[in-house]
Amino acid sequence: MPPLTRWYIRFAFGYLVLALLTGTAAAARQPFGLPPVIAALGPVAVHLFVVGWITQMIFGVAYWMFPRHSAEMPRGDPAPAIMTLVLINTGLLLRVVAEPWQAVRPSGAVAALLVLSAVAQWLAGLAFVWQMWPRVKER
Amino acid sequence: MPVPSRWMIRAALAYLMLGFTAGALLLAAKGMGGGPGVWSLRPLHIEWLLVGWTAQLTMGVAYWIFPRVALRRDVSGSAVPVWFTFAALNAGVWLAGLGAIEPRAWNGAMALGGRLLEVAAAAAFVMAMWKRVRPGLAQM
Repeated sequence: MPPLTRWYIRFAFGYLVLALLTGTAAAARQPFGLPPVIAALGPVAVHLFVVGWITQMIFGVAYWMFPRHSAEMPRGDPAPAIMTLVLINTGLLLRVVAEPWQAVRPSGAVAALLVLSAVAQWLAGLAFVWQMWPRVKER
Repeated sequence: MPVPSRWMIRAALAYLMLGFTAGALLLAAKGMGGGPGVWSLRPLHIEWLLVGWTAQLTMGVAYWIFPRVALRRDVSGSAVPVWFTFAALNAGVWLAGLGAIEPRAWNGAMALGGRLLEVAAAAAFVMAMWKRVRPGLAQM
């Protein structure tokens, strides 16, 4: 398993736990009378699970298991894969902070963080597709 | 990697980009505000990422790596059911996603048609793969 895959999978494991904790906190809001910011964690929990856990696990395993790019560089140029890892996690963590914050106390600065998060995650997707497309081949 | 897997995985990568683009627009709209046009992307965002990307990628990879039915390299069973899966799943994603966008007289039927195509795709895939859920040929 290449080192980059190990990082993808470690982050994915972390998000699995965080997603379920966040979902639990959102579910506990009403019975325990938790502050309104907790209600805004619903979409965050879904995206921690779907993007942080499922998608990031797929990214890491695909980078490891897909057919080799070439004999010299079996997984191709590592730069797009590193960029994907950094951007998907930066974007997702920005969302975790900014989305509930914007829901409770909207401001221009927090709105800018949400836009930054959107751009970072979109670029992560683009870098991953750029990296993997040539490896979708016979062998 | 067999040809049907390559088509399914490439389509899945395309849906990943479509879904991430829609998701980025929706998230940015939470910050900057956006018209109803942006929010109408939500059903497509979900359909593209859950069915188009995640389910289709899983199917493409399973068709590639599950134990084969015989020793010859190219024998993964008939390719017809998996091609049917590919066609029906992708048609279903678009019909179900577009059908959920806004209420019109015809789009309930469109969404239902999309879902039925997805069910047919899933059934064909399960039937094609069922016999490949077994020990590898080397272990027999």
